Amino acid sequence: MNRILKSRLLWPLVALAALLLACTVRRPDILGITVLDGHLFGAPIDILRNSAPLLLVALGMTLVIATRGIDLSVGATVAIAGAVAMTFIASSPDPGSVGTAVGAVVVALGLCLVLGLWNGFLVSSLGIQPIIATLILMTAGRGVAMLITGGQITTVNSAPFAQLASGFWLGLPVAALIAYGVYGVVALLVRRTALGMLLESVGINPKASRLAGVKARTLTWTVYALSGLFAGLAGLIFASNTMAADANNAGLFIELDAILAVVIGGTALSGGKFNLGGTLVGVLVITTLTLTVTVLGVSPLVTPLFKAIVVVAVTLLQSPRLRATLAGLGRTRPQEVRA
Amino acid sequence: MTAATPETRTAAAPPARPGPHPEPVVSMTGITVEFPGVKALDGVDFRLFPGEVHALMGENGAGKSTLIKALTGVNPVAAGSIVVAGAETRFTGPADARERGISTVYQEVNLCGNLTVAENIMLGSEQRRLGGLDWRSMRREAARHLERMGLSIDPSSSLDSHSLAIQQLVAISRAMVVEAQVLILDEPTSSLDAGEVEQLFAVMRRLRDEGVAILFVSHFLDQIYAISDRITVLRNGRLVEERATADLPQRELVSLMIAGKSGADVSEARPRGERAARDPEAGPLLRAIGLGRKGSVEPFDLELYPGEVVGMAGLLGSGRTELARLLSGADRADAGAIEFAGETTRLRTPRAALAHKIAYTSEDRKGEGVVGDLTVRENIVLGLQAARGWMRPLPRANVDRIVAEYIKALGIRPANPEALLRNLSGGNQQKVLLARWLATAPRLLLLDEPTRGIDIGAKTEIMNLVSELASQGMSVVFISAELEEVVRLSDRIAVMRDRRKVAEIDGGEDVGVPQLIDLIASGGQNQ
Amino acid sequence: MSAVAAPHQIAGVGRWSPDRRYLPVIGTFIVFALMVTIGGLRYENFLSPAVMSNLFINNAHLIVLAVGMTFVILTGGIDLSVGAVLALSSVITATLLQAGWSLALVVPVAVLAGSAIGYGMGVMIQYFDIQPFVATLAGMFLARGLCFLFAPESVPIRDESFIALAGWGVNLGRWRVTAAVLIALLAVAAAWWVLHRTRFGRTVYAVGGGEQSATLMGLRVARTKVLVYVISGTCAGLAGLLFAMFSRSGYALTGVAMELDAIAAVVIGGTLLTGGTGFVLGSVIGVMVLGLIQTIITFEGTLSSWWTKIVIGALLLIFVVLQRILTLRRT
Repeated sequence: MNRILKSRLLWPLVALAALLLACTVRRPDILGITVLDGHLFGAPIDILRNSAPLLLVALGMTLVIATRGIDLSVGATVAIAGAVAMTFIASSPDPGSVGTAVGAVVVALGLCLVLGLWNGFLVSSLGIQPIIATLILMTAGRGVAMLITGGQITTVNSAPFAQLASGFWLGLPVAALIAYGVYGVVALLVRRTALGMLLESVGINPKASRLAGVKARTLTWTVYALSGLFAGLAGLIFASNTMAADANNAGLFIELDAILAVVIGGTALSGGKFNLGGTLVGVLVITTLTLTVTVLGVSPLVTPLFKAIVVVAVTLLQSPRLRATLAGLGRTRPQEVRA
Repeated sequence: MTAATPETRTAAAPPARPGPHPEPVVSMTGITVEFPGVKALDGVDFRLFPGEVHALMGENGAGKSTLIKALTGVNPVAAGSIVVAGAETRFTGPADARERGISTVYQEVNLCGNLTVAENIMLGSEQRRLGGLDWRSMRREAARHLERMGLSIDPSSSLDSHSLAIQQLVAISRAMVVEAQVLILDEPTSSLDAGEVEQLFAVMRRLRDEGVAILFVSHFLDQIYAISDRITVLRNGRLVEERATADLPQRELVSLMIAGKSGADVSEARPRGERAARDPEAGPLLRAIGLGRKGSVEPFDLELYPGEVVGMAGLLGSGRTELARLLSGADRADAGAIEFAGETTRLRTPRAALAHKIAYTSEDRKGEGVVGDLTVRENIVLGLQAARGWMRPLPRANVDRIVAEYIKALGIRPANPEALLRNLSGGNQQKVLLARWLATAPRLLLLDEPTRGIDIGAKTEIMNLVSELASQGMSVVFISAELEEVVRLSDRIAVMRDRRKVAEIDGGEDVGVPQLIDLIASGGQNQ
Repeated sequence: MSAVAAPHQIAGVGRWSPDRRYLPVIGTFIVFALMVTIGGLRYENFLSPAVMSNLFINNAHLIVLAVGMTFVILTGGIDLSVGAVLALSSVITATLLQAGWSLALVVPVAVLAGSAIGYGMGVMIQYFDIQPFVATLAGMFLARGLCFLFAPESVPIRDESFIALAGWGVNLGRWRVTAAVLIALLAVAAAWWVLHRTRFGRTVYAVGGGEQSATLMGLRVARTKVLVYVISGTCAGLAGLLFAMFSRSGYALTGVAMELDAIAAVVIGGTLLTGGTGFVLGSVIGVMVLGLIQTIITFEGTLSSWWTKIVIGALLLIFVVLQRILTLRRT
């Protein structure tokens, strides 16, 4: 019991449970899953599918934050990925073919990988603070996306590409399968190879890691490249969802949501120990929050307010300072009451 | 280091020079400071007279900085009395002490480099006009204080456009704005070159002659003898000696500082017979030729052979750590060359050194060794894994075998591979770091203060281990502040003083601590 | 004077070299001058007082945001909430005016709402060790959420006194100065005075130069770190008022990503994001550079609007890399 109470995941899980509870109070049947045409439907499935892009972005963000970095450019990367894919399909002679869809995916992901490497270059080779280095692409990125689409909201028809967001496989949404599949692979990779340990080592004590011969520079390039790549994948899911590239609004503020998810999940922005399980919980909290707000009949526009409350509550509860203060109060209060 | 003219000092008891103030300005008696589990100061007496430069000497952990902090109110005093200018006093902190005329200047210039010289001097004692700060008169005032230091730099220039020496003098100017009667200089010279030290000394003499009492901490013996009037020596939190500088020969000073330290109880000296016979045909494993780095250690030659323990003897700040850092690639040399196994090589990074199987444990265990939030297991395999890269993880079975092996061999407690390293004691952390390097099967092992701050039992174990490793053919460089340990372990001893390698002698039954003290005190001359 | 001082004096004689602190600002000014020159040569009417007056009129709110952001960045922090707080202030202004409150009451309420949010964030950062990034992100969400809570739709402002204030202006020859521009310039002057003529202002710089050193120098670090967020929040509140004057309405979706413009203006204005170096006047020139980019693209006609973002990004890159080189040379 004590271990559960001390776990950093306690409060995020409590928040998640509270959100789901609020939903069921209002609509008792909401957590039910129905089968229709061999596909699964229902709120839980919606949460899984809607959380896909955020999970991908937050996954990359967690790795970046582990090395004491941050990647603000992921939202812009999301927009660029969509723009590239849509423009590629629109300009191909055979927009509906599988080959075109695959080509679009490959070209878009390739470019996003390059963008990630660019961030890695600024951070590890030029030694620019991560927050500034990625701010550059964050600012310029949406302009680049509009440059690619020519300022239009490019819409296309490509059945294979649409499968990314709206397709089902084995009864489950393809988007969720991709995101959770990537998540599983990365989680395995991080713990089965030495990547996780070396990343944490660099994040916890860069000096000691240098003396131990850890190649911090390569690791930094790797995490920013992965962050770019995952953001690209998220961008493709966004684009496939609407079958349109909206350079202005695709992935708007997703970098902030991703950072929130990481922080809610108990990974400190100061780097070091990271917790992919926590990030998953954080992503689910944020996605469920949107659902809960809708179910409760509040305008979805007010969602940011609830996000603010969740962030402040969770970060304050995780803050060692507040915990110490509360512990102190716990000791002194009863005496005051008695007196 | 400096060619300072050793002025003839009145060797009489304090006050060192005749003046109007025969009474001490600061008098501390029976000062005891306790930290959880440690008595950092134990009944120390200390007096500071107006118009003298008083050197506070002692090795690491002797209690120098604790004494300064006790005086300025940073550390709470458990027992004893502090009398300042005739009145019993307890300061609440450096700011309080400063207001009452006791100013401190630290080793790292604790000013803001991005502000102007005038701002650094005057912030906190501003002058105002029309509700705002009056920069014109504050610059004038700052210039007046600078003039007192013999500086005529532009007060409106930014501080970091000046050399460290000037910055240090600006820090002193700031300290003197409040008309301090006592000036504490805590290692102000550690990053200054010879000319800059002279500049600082000129100012110190001037202030001293104006009647300011100066408490001076430095690790450079030459500087102590060039500037100080009186010396107080601390050791292990106790007062050892207080004497006029002119009456205290260097040799005696050094032995006062280090003699009688509780060294590790190595049952006996390393059996010389077991030393791997040095093959006269085979060259050294590593040869440093004129290797040096500006401001860190002056060019030195050194040869290291397989199966041999080379000890480094010298006081704190003598360059012993800096030398090891050059050999390990932790710092980059800017002069000289390294031959490893007969081939000239450049060790630009620790990684490059590791590729040659050169391993280095830093003296800064917490800052540069321990990765506290990782487990014992992860810390042990970190070096090995870093060399392989992240894509080729060590098979889990191998990891477990290696970790279990070292936990057993080195007696790491608790013997739990999944414990977080930061929760282990200092001695066990040190063992884990040793295991990290031994796991990489090094040919040359550079150990910088591996026995510092750990209990006697662990010390003995580590020293026995070093001895064993050498007999297996490893080349070991052993650095310790405790000369006794160096004497017991080393086949050969290099002596360092004031950032220079001044002597090199063969170890053996006939070599003892007194001989090393002589060498350190004399700088290797007249032997 | 003495032998000690002589060499240092000689080194400085005979050649003019600007203090390194001013280099980034000088760089910004050169960029600004170049853009003005090129614009003037390429387009007719570019240098006309009307165009230049509009540069100020259209960006008055951004100037005020950048002023507040400069305080925060000088201490080494960051404030992501300013765009949302600007929107909140404009929504409060519009809503309260619509409800019939008097202007004299609405103005302080709108501005102080910003101060309050700033204070909350400052306390989280200073006393609960929450990183500025996270704390101000929370502030941003809070302000944006409150906006929608108060008024999900755009609220027009019909209050006569407000319209009169917004429309007030003086013509100096063919130059025009509106009330908003005047307020913005007053804010700049006040900020300059505070930063350079008060102990608090110098402490802001000292904290950015080294928090530990500042503490050892006996400066009031904790209070300063909270106050800069209060100032930034207050500036954002004031900027919201100016934006309401500009748009004659309050809308919850105004100022989206405007914090990025403010940060970009400050960085282009020569303030180091690591803190300790920079000038409020530099930030004003930074805003002018951003405004000029937009003006030039408008004048060019054939260039699409998205080039604005790309050029800003490119400028950011150049300035950040140059600053990096400058700081490398220093160490």
